[in-house]
Amino acid sequence: VSAARETALAIAAAVRSGARSAVAVVDEHLARIEAHEPDVHAFNLVTADAARAQAAEIDRRVAAGDDVGPLAGVPVAVKDNLCTEGIATTCSSKILEGWVPPYDATVVRRLAAAGAVTIGKTNLDEFAMGSSTENSAFGPTRNPVDLARVPGGSSGGSAAAVAADFAPISLGSDTGGSIRQPAAFCGVVGVKPTYGLVSRYGLIAFASSLDQVGPFADTVDDAALLLEAIAGHDPADATSIPQPVPAIRSHLDDGVAGLRVGLVTELLGDGIDPDVAARVREAADALAAAGAIVEEVSIPAVAYGLSAYYLIAPAEASSNLARFDGVRYGLRVDAPTTNEMMVATRTAGFGAEVKRRIMLGTYALSAGYYDAFYGKAQKVRTLIARDFAAAYERVDVLLSPTTPTTAFELGAIEDPLTMYLNDICTIPTNLAGHPAMSVPFGTDRADLPVGVQILAPSLGEVAMFRAAKIVEAAAPARSAAATDGRFHR
Amino acid sequence: MSAPTVPTDSLGNPISVVESDDVLVVEAHDGTRWELVCGLEVHAELHTVTKMFSGAPNSFGDEANTNIDPVTLGLPGTLPVVNQRAVELAAAFGCAVGATVQRSVFSRKNYFYPDMPKNFQISQYDQPIVVDGSLELPSGHVVGIERAHLEEDTGKSTHVGGAGRIKGAEYSLVDYNRAGVPLLEIVSRPHVRSAEQARQYVAELRSILVACGISDGKMEEGSMRVDANISVRPEGSDELRTRCEIKNVNSLRSLVRAIEYEARRQADLHASGDRVVQETRHWDEADGRTHTMRSKEEADDYRYFPEPDLVPVELPAERIEELRAALPMLPAARRHRLAVATGEPHTTESIVVAVERAQDDQALAAIAAGGDPARVLVHVVQNLAVEGGADLPAERLAEVVRMETGGELTATQAKQVLAELVADPSQTAAQVAAAKGFEAMDTGALEAIVDGVIAANPSEWEQFLAGDDKARKKLSGFFTGQIMKASKGQADGRAVAQLLAQRSAG
Repeated sequence: VSAARETALAIAAAVRSGARSAVAVVDEHLARIEAHEPDVHAFNLVTADAARAQAAEIDRRVAAGDDVGPLAGVPVAVKDNLCTEGIATTCSSKILEGWVPPYDATVVRRLAAAGAVTIGKTNLDEFAMGSSTENSAFGPTRNPVDLARVPGGSSGGSAAAVAADFAPISLGSDTGGSIRQPAAFCGVVGVKPTYGLVSRYGLIAFASSLDQVGPFADTVDDAALLLEAIAGHDPADATSIPQPVPAIRSHLDDGVAGLRVGLVTELLGDGIDPDVAARVREAADALAAAGAIVEEVSIPAVAYGLSAYYLIAPAEASSNLARFDGVRYGLRVDAPTTNEMMVATRTAGFGAEVKRRIMLGTYALSAGYYDAFYGKAQKVRTLIARDFAAAYERVDVLLSPTTPTTAFELGAIEDPLTMYLNDICTIPTNLAGHPAMSVPFGTDRADLPVGVQILAPSLGEVAMFRAAKIVEAAAPARSAAATDGRFHR
Repeated sequence: MSAPTVPTDSLGNPISVVESDDVLVVEAHDGTRWELVCGLEVHAELHTVTKMFSGAPNSFGDEANTNIDPVTLGLPGTLPVVNQRAVELAAAFGCAVGATVQRSVFSRKNYFYPDMPKNFQISQYDQPIVVDGSLELPSGHVVGIERAHLEEDTGKSTHVGGAGRIKGAEYSLVDYNRAGVPLLEIVSRPHVRSAEQARQYVAELRSILVACGISDGKMEEGSMRVDANISVRPEGSDELRTRCEIKNVNSLRSLVRAIEYEARRQADLHASGDRVVQETRHWDEADGRTHTMRSKEEADDYRYFPEPDLVPVELPAERIEELRAALPMLPAARRHRLAVATGEPHTTESIVVAVERAQDDQALAAIAAGGDPARVLVHVVQNLAVEGGADLPAERLAEVVRMETGGELTATQAKQVLAELVADPSQTAAQVAAAKGFEAMDTGALEAIVDGVIAANPSEWEQFLAGDDKARKKLSGFFTGQIMKASKGQADGRAVAQLLAQRSAG
């Protein structure tokens, strides 16, 4: 592992100026992948040849004097639930066996247009359902910080790829915390943008009203760079916001003088590891020291977030995943009749957690239960949005832990309900459609990274990133044990 | 002449003052009498270039699986985007039937079937785009329209083996060309009381859809499909009994047959004390019966919920007004307009027919040019129902009618002149009449013929003089025929009638 890793900003600047070749950059990252991927298993597929070809094309265009874009020659790892034309896309599920998308997701097209080089497809919990990447049909990903531990999930592969410097940046998707929670576990930056800021076209849906694509990076600057490259209105996504992208990068260094910051009372008490809570309060102190006005703010309805989420998300998933039936693409398990073929295919193709959520969601939408379950959950969602709105009358951004604990060991949590509790701090944001991001801030007593979550109202990314820069700058350096221990513990 | 007064509702749609007593009553095997209560669901494919939620072509009759794209196939990661044109066509329909066009929400209707690529159909459920309209039938009967909503069509399955049903099929083939085609489902209130009303309702709906460019309305190509919800009740009662939904009705003729069959089936069940089961039934054109498809107990729970990939659809009020203003005049209004111009009731068959054939403008122009309204209507409906007849300039028609009512042409001659004019409209009616040697017969010559015919038929003339009204009418026809024959068709019918009256009185 190289001592000082390169940021995406530095790579792009060097490639654009002709000082470095994009092919050389890709080769360095492929070499790291070759050395450490067997331990980490961040990828379902490494697209080495395609990446080299893409990089060579960028070098050719730079030589020709073209402007190749803000991500010139930057390797990027893409979560394997984002469609890539001509490259298998699996959602880490057996049911998509053999399927090759005939089109790119909008975000993948935007990456290419910005000059980025896709280096591979990253592992995830099957269909993004999980918090540890242990629910992958292709085996778990391990946390590069400590290989005995999970990287979090569902975007565990994308978080691990950045943490291991397999790529300086990566894309994940966040339905209830699937970017922020693994970012916190792996000690990297992860952003869930405002719902509708980034196109969902080509993101294989888990829960359509909650899903949002977002960046992982080692620095806040790189996260902003990647977010600006993928954000913006897309006519192919009806829920995409028809407004200009907030000017995040031009305000990154505006500081937080006068910024009103609220510590979420409900997310600092019971169930939160004291080390994690302590780091969050230290981050708040750092913000105050930089001129922010910090107070405690209560958002009572967040207590109901988890319950509402586990009705809404499975309900939408049960419908979204109905199309995987063996008729048109992916796995087909033959049987005497069409109906039996569908049942056999779905029985063999889906893992236990996916089946559990399909059943939960089907039940929640059933005749006679709709009002009590799905209908009521939608009302709770309204309440949460109202409580957030009230809080944002008083403050500009909110602060909380990203996760109640730091990374746990593989196999440590077997009970699904205990696993669901991992997302207690992140879920309310998805229900409200707001942006939030996780920024690494120190470690716990076991030298494991802690993530601080910064939340903002809809399209409040500018203030959120300004605060993130201050938190990042104030973060204590990781201990030698934590950094040296990569791949070896 | 004062302005025509047509009764209208608050939205300016004509409303009927005719109370129809046209209710289908069937007699059960035990002699008890049962009357029909029926509501109709019409699915009309919208006349758009592309599909409801994607840019794939909306086109019928192409090679299987060619009008498809990733969205049509519901490939993972694809998203629907609402076809704005389809929304506007639905709104235009709402305006055409005097309905409210409202903010609407798409929902998902979930069920597994291989011809549905996503295993859910995007449809509108509790917030449809069109609510609360009505349709006046040619008979004057008004049928309420409860709602009309937008949805996507499914693909088409062909089951090979197993009697063409998915159950027991050897294998099945699916063509997704139709999947995603925009549909407007128009749901009537249970105001249809006879098979004839059902026929008129569907025909009227079709002419509105076609006139407004909303759909091509081709039942034979499946671009317009009808389901009938049917129940019966004791004659004269106002209860509502269990209904059955009849599917696979592919023509107006089948619709009439299916309703009459089903009403009788249910009446017999009630009369025997048996239960009518709420179910979906399939009309079999070949055996002329309906057969059970699935009962309510077996029906899917569709688990409707709002489609999270789409936002609610709301057309600005100004846009709805533009769509309303752009509508052509609709059949009911056209019938009323012609009724006012002719002085006939709007339910008169010739008025209905003239509008149905879109010859009402021709008739109105001929009347405006001085043609007698009744004769104009007769000629339009009877003598201009030929190829090119609708294209005859109204002034020519008016000229013929003026000559006819002026005694210059007999009815028979007028018909012949019209036929000539249709073939060659560059001539005037007078020129054609002159060329054919049609002249008003002079009174003396006609009197001689009349007297000759009376003399040749003395016993008939005696009966004519002594007979009651019925007999006189019959014999009047006999004498008129003889006189016409003798005059080689040149005698004017009214002059003949006058002379006969004169002679019998004298």
